[in-house]
Amino acid sequence: MASKFKQALDQGKFVVTSEVAPPKGVNLEKMAHHIELLKDKVDAMNVTDHQSSVMRFPSLGAALMVKEMGGEPILQMTCRDRNRLALQADLLFAHQRGINNVLCLTGDSVVLGDHKTAKGVFDLDSSQLVAAVRKLEKGKDMAGNDLDGAVSFCAGAIVTPEANPIQPQLIKFEKKIEAGAEFIQTQAVYDLENFKNFMEYARQFPVKVLAGIILLTSAPMARFMNKNVAGVTVPQEFIDEMASAPKGGAIQKGIQIAGRQIKQIVDENICDGVHIMAIGKEELVPDIMAAGGLL
Amino acid sequence: MIRSITRRKPDEELDRLLEHQNRVFIFGCGTCTTLTNTGGAEQVQAMQEYLASKGKLVTGSTVLPVACDNLTHEGLRAFSGQINQASALVIMSCAFGVQNIASQLQKMVIPALDTLFIGKETGVGQFNEVCTQCGTCVLGETGGICPVTACHKGLINGPCGGTNNGKCEIDKNKDCAWTLIYNRLAEIGQLDLMKRFQPPRNHQGEPSPGKILLEG
Ligand code: SF4
Ligand code: SF4
Repeated sequence: MASKFKQALDQGKFVVTSEVAPPKGVNLEKMAHHIELLKDKVDAMNVTDHQSSVMRFPSLGAALMVKEMGGEPILQMTCRDRNRLALQADLLFAHQRGINNVLCLTGDSVVLGDHKTAKGVFDLDSSQLVAAVRKLEKGKDMAGNDLDGAVSFCAGAIVTPEANPIQPQLIKFEKKIEAGAEFIQTQAVYDLENFKNFMEYARQFPVKVLAGIILLTSAPMARFMNKNVAGVTVPQEFIDEMASAPKGGAIQKGIQIAGRQIKQIVDENICDGVHIMAIGKEELVPDIMAAGGLL
Repeated sequence: MIRSITRRKPDEELDRLLEHQNRVFIFGCGTCTTLTNTGGAEQVQAMQEYLASKGKLVTGSTVLPVACDNLTHEGLRAFSGQINQASALVIMSCAFGVQNIASQLQKMVIPALDTLFIGKETGVGQFNEVCTQCGTCVLGETGGICPVTACHKGLINGPCGGTNNGKCEIDKNKDCAWTLIYNRLAEIGQLDLMKRFQPPRNHQGEPSPGKILLEG
């Protein structure tokens, strides 16, 4: 049976996803609080996988928790830490425990994280992981052996619409779709005119696109992203707007900006949904949704 | 020509390795480590001074012409007296040379260098790793630029999301392999090669350790 998230995508409704960030340690209280707060508001929650190569509670465990608490998890899986045996095994386990959405990522380099001397695996890449999911669904493992019980997933991938140069990125995007990605969550997009051009191109493919919305929390944070996050460009006008916020009001400003973006995406029917990333401030997602007219 | 590219180990590590060794003989190499200024005559001299300053007795030193070569045993014989007086050999060649020397002398060997990669000199004093001898060469599909090596993650289906302005996510001074490959394939009118989905790589083309016996 199709996952709840898949059903939402297929119904053609405007889909909203957000994030759940597993903690560093075993205190799951804050995460549980976020899940409780969001599970009935969003269509699904991405569970990040050692985000930015920082070792944390596993995405699989946190996705299980989302499921057990009655939410709809999207299991993020990177190729950084597991070879193809481990990735397939985790997909079997996820399916068996009722986790039926997966986002396939290559993963950041270990050099960027907090275990800088670790071995980066990258036995597979994101497009090959999508293909592996499709193969497991056919009752075969990647080596062609029969499975005793097949999986089924709604599988997705990501794209960076503002990558520079964009052409190599688009070739990879098309390969992910060819490999079987049903949905795409994008890196943060702020310049919606640019994003519209991307969507004009993306519409030719049989894939649902959720625009990435990252909450701006301050002008310095926006500048930091411009400088350090690949393929993210916060336009100067947004930075100015953030800077103009009264003391202590920057977050509210950020929520307004995110809300405005969401509204425009909905009103102009630019894409199929939004993926809201409130990095560390997940409790603000309902406010962002409300500002965007989604609640 | 390809070279073995090395970097001197940090003093602390050398000190630790040499903790219980008081009499040492030092080897340099006249080939790669001379070219990279890590194990030529000058660096051997500097090492001699460094070790003396640490209270070690240096029984002698030599710069072998090609430390990895089979002829090395002749060079070793010429210094056998001084070598025999040493409890350990400090070797400033790449790890090929270290292993070659270790296999011929019943002595403790201490590599003074880390062997980083087999590289090509691409400019004055600049060396690049261009092939990691993976056993299943894909250059025919990438316009002659190796993604297994030049891409930090060894990706074969195109760039990751970390690529930024044509540079790699780990270092603004390193080109993103997939921008290079894209540009090259575009230049020669072969972009279709990049559009083709590549199945997962065979990482066991020649299961490590590689060993080949020529037939006939
Ligand atoms: S694919 Fe790259 S690493 Fe492998 S043999 Fe070819 S050039 Fe060398
Ligand atoms: S930025 Fe480019 S070279 Fe670096 S890991 Fe990603 S694809 Fe590979």
